[in-house]
This record gives sequence, C-alpha cells and structure tokens, in this order.
Amino acid sequence: MNIVRALKCRECGQEYDIEPTHVCEFCFGPLEVVYDYDKLDGYFTRELIESRPQTMWRYKELLPINDEPTVGAQNGFTPLVRAKNLEKALGVKELYIKNDSVCYPTLSFKDRVVSVALSKAVEFGFKTVACASTGNLAGSVAANAAAAGLESYVFIPHDLEQGKVLGAGIFGTNIIGIKGKYDDVNRLCSEVAGKYGWAFVNVNVRPFYAEGSKSLGYEVMEQLGWKAPKHIVVPMASGSLCTKVDKSIKEFIKLGLIEDNGTAVYGAQATGCSPIAKSVKDGTDMIHPVHADTIAKSLAIGNPADGFYANRVINESGGWAEDISDEEVVAAMKLLAEKEGIFAETAGGVTLGCAMKMIESGKLPRDESIVLCITGNGLKTQEAVAEEITKPRIIEASLKEFDVLAEADGVGV
Amino acid sequence: MAVTVRIPTPLRKLTGGADEVSIEAANVGELINNLEAAHAGLKERLCDDAGEIRRFVNVYVNDEDVRFMGGRDTELKDGDEVSIVPAIAGGI
Repeated sequence: MNIVRALKCRECGQEYDIEPTHVCEFCFGPLEVVYDYDKLDGYFTRELIESRPQTMWRYKELLPINDEPTVGAQNGFTPLVRAKNLEKALGVKELYIKNDSVCYPTLSFKDRVVSVALSKAVEFGFKTVACASTGNLAGSVAANAAAAGLESYVFIPHDLEQGKVLGAGIFGTNIIGIKGKYDDVNRLCSEVAGKYGWAFVNVNVRPFYAEGSKSLGYEVMEQLGWKAPKHIVVPMASGSLCTKVDKSIKEFIKLGLIEDNGTAVYGAQATGCSPIAKSVKDGTDMIHPVHADTIAKSLAIGNPADGFYANRVINESGGWAEDISDEEVVAAMKLLAEKEGIFAETAGGVTLGCAMKMIESGKLPRDESIVLCITGNGLKTQEAVAEEITKPRIIEASLKEFDVLAEADGVGV
Repeated sequence: MAVTVRIPTPLRKLTGGADEVSIEAANVGELINNLEAAHAGLKERLCDDAGEIRRFVNVYVNDEDVRFMGGRDTELKDGDEVSIVPAIAGGI
C-alpha cells in the first residue's frame, strides 16, 4: 500500500509532486515526504510487520518507495544489544546499543538511507547515482549501486581515513577526492547536481534518502518489545538522524503501534565540530557554522543543514546535547569495545562519550531506559585507535616461553 | 565592479534559465538588491522579511561562506565569484 502524499516544504508548507527535488522554490526550505497515515488504519499492525522478513523493509509502508525495493532489499534489522557490562561501568539501570556497525552490506547505517535513495532513483529512471560523503555514504552508494547495476560517482574530502577510501573504491565506483573539507564537497556537489542529470542521494533525492533513517527508530521500538525508550542518544553531523528518529517514534505512536513513552532525544557531537550541541547549550536556535576539526570525520559537518530542526527536536522532546574532546572519543571507543565487544567508528565513541558526560551531569537519568545509536564500524577508522590498542607480545612457538609469560601475568595452570 | 553570480537550479526560472549572471556590486547586500533589480523576485527567495539572508541559503564569495566574513557587508571586488547554494544535508 502506497501512502506517500507529496513533498512538503518544512518552512512554508508549499507542497510539490513526488519528483527528484529537494528545496522549496519559494523559500529554499528543505522538502520532506508527507504521508496519508489514515490509509494504514487497521492494516499496518504489529502482526503484519512481525510476519515479514527481518530487514528494514518490514516497515515499507512508511518508507517513500512504490511497492517493493529494487535496491538493498536485505538491508537493515541490526541487533539491539542489552549492554550489561556498560550498565555496571556507568552505573545505569537499563542501557541498550543499537548496533548499526554491522549493517548490511557496508557496515554503517548509511545502508538504510542509500537503499531508499537508490530504489527511488531507479523508479525515477536514473542510470547514474552520486553523493557527497564523509566516507560511510560513499562506501554504501558504491556498493549498493554496484549490486543494482547502476553507475556511481562518489565525492569525498581528499584526506579521509584509508579504510573509507578503500571501502568505496573496491566497488569500482568513480571516486573523486576534493581538496577541502566536507562542507566544500557538499557545496561542489550541489552545483554538480544542478548541472549533471544524476541522482545525488543527499541532494536532489535527499527527501527520500533521509526517510530511510527512520527504519533505525522503528527497529529499536520493535526490538524493545513494541516500546519506545525513555531516552535515545544519536550522533549528529547534519542533524538528520536526530530528526528522523524522532519522526519514527511519532509515527509509531500515531499508528497505535506503541504507547507514547515521552521519549527524550539527545544529540552527540565532537567538540571540534559542535555547532548543534553549542546551540542547545546556549539556549538558542541559531546555528553558527564552524570550520570542522575533529578525528570524528563522519560527523565533521560545520554547516549542518538539519541543525535547526535537530535543535528543535532536542528541546521539544526534553533531551539535551553534549560534545566531547577527541581524546574522550578514543577512550569511549575503547570502552565500548572492551565492555561490549563492539568496535564502533569514531562517531560511536562520540555517542557513548557524550552519553557518559550526560549521565555524570544528571541530564540522562540512571534509572530509566537509554538507547545509544552506534552508526558505523571501527574497522573503517583504525587510524583513530591504532596507537592506543594493546600490541601483541611476540614469543617463539615454545611452551616454555609461554609459561614464562603466563607466570609474569600471574596466570595459574 | 562586476562579479559573477552562480545561480542554483531552483532560481533559474527567475534568470531566464541562466546559470550565471554578471552583476555590479560593492558588497553582498548591494549584490542582492541589484540582483533583484535585474531579476525581479530573487530577493524574496534569498532574504526573509527583515532582509536577512534566509537560514537555508548559503552565499559563498570565492569559496568562502559569507557567514565567516562580513555577512551582507562582505565586500566584493571586480572578478569575484559568488555562489548561491541551498543548504544540503549529508552525514548523520
């Protein structure tokens, strides 16, 4: 059942037909997909959803495609992990990790948005897809385009982590490194998108692309036993995920799939690029762009397009925003790995580190459910922790040598 | 002092389809007023009722965001390139 109604300007409310376009012609405001939820009355039930395969498409009525996905049909439905060890370490009662570091096929939550964007691009008849990326998106566009038989161009800052460059290049995409920061890449891509007839997932098909993020929220609620968490912490770059998680919760409440649990949404940034967190802390909705400088490159967007809306979601839901230093990011990456066996990328360190800071400050209560959204895999940002990890101790293949080592460690037989 | 202004797709209906126009102006504020004189309707797209550049409009002079410079008072010189770019999303 297709319940997509139109594209609607978030600023002035002007509506547009479903087309590859992303800004309002009248006020430049961003366009968002709007739906006729009433059509799902009595049809879109827990039972229907549970009867479907465990992918993000079990919620397909709430994603803006016609009928079935043509790209990324297997994507999504990542584990929600109860983090018992971290609960002890942080002194909190109920903590979960939504682990998109193992999202199929490219190990980041971008596989969700890309499968929606590329399915829509195919519907629109595009043959070439493209993106501006801080890394994860490039890999996901390249991989999903390869599988779908689409040509792709991915634009990245020239100084990205090697794992992200390789993790896109392997798929035979056209990979373009731009001498500049992500914000420069974004600006160029906006101009390229205006000139070449491609589907730019985060430019002209962005309204559809962004909706894919909601699937992360749907899954969290279903995996909690059809319940929204009291608190959910998301990393912020443009601020898009923050707004879409909030939208996913409101949709499930509207559809009667869950009770309103008064969920508060919290945003996490690295101090070297924290325009949204700063606006929340300063009590303003004015977002001042910054020149980004942090090891959390997937969050290094100095001019966050959805910052204003993320700020509003955080304020209206009763959440908060925090930022932490690069050293704290690395420490949190290690803690998550050592306590829960999850190797997250730098953005995951940002999310956990900021959550810890908000638990300490009392912004996040210790006795209510908290979900942390981990959005990418640490194998792609190895540089960040390469000098911090335990190095192997080299010995001969000799039991005697190992006995000596074990004795030094105080290990008994 | 003539500067080149790159016009984004959503505004080209107002420039007769042109993706670049040449405009005389000494600063960004004057540029917007002169754009309006040449292509009526552009200013209300770029600025709010108070005359401030809209939240979702980015103006770059030679690749630098005017928010990091003097905003509407940012000075222009002959041959400068000005880009008008809608805010676009990416990242998380």
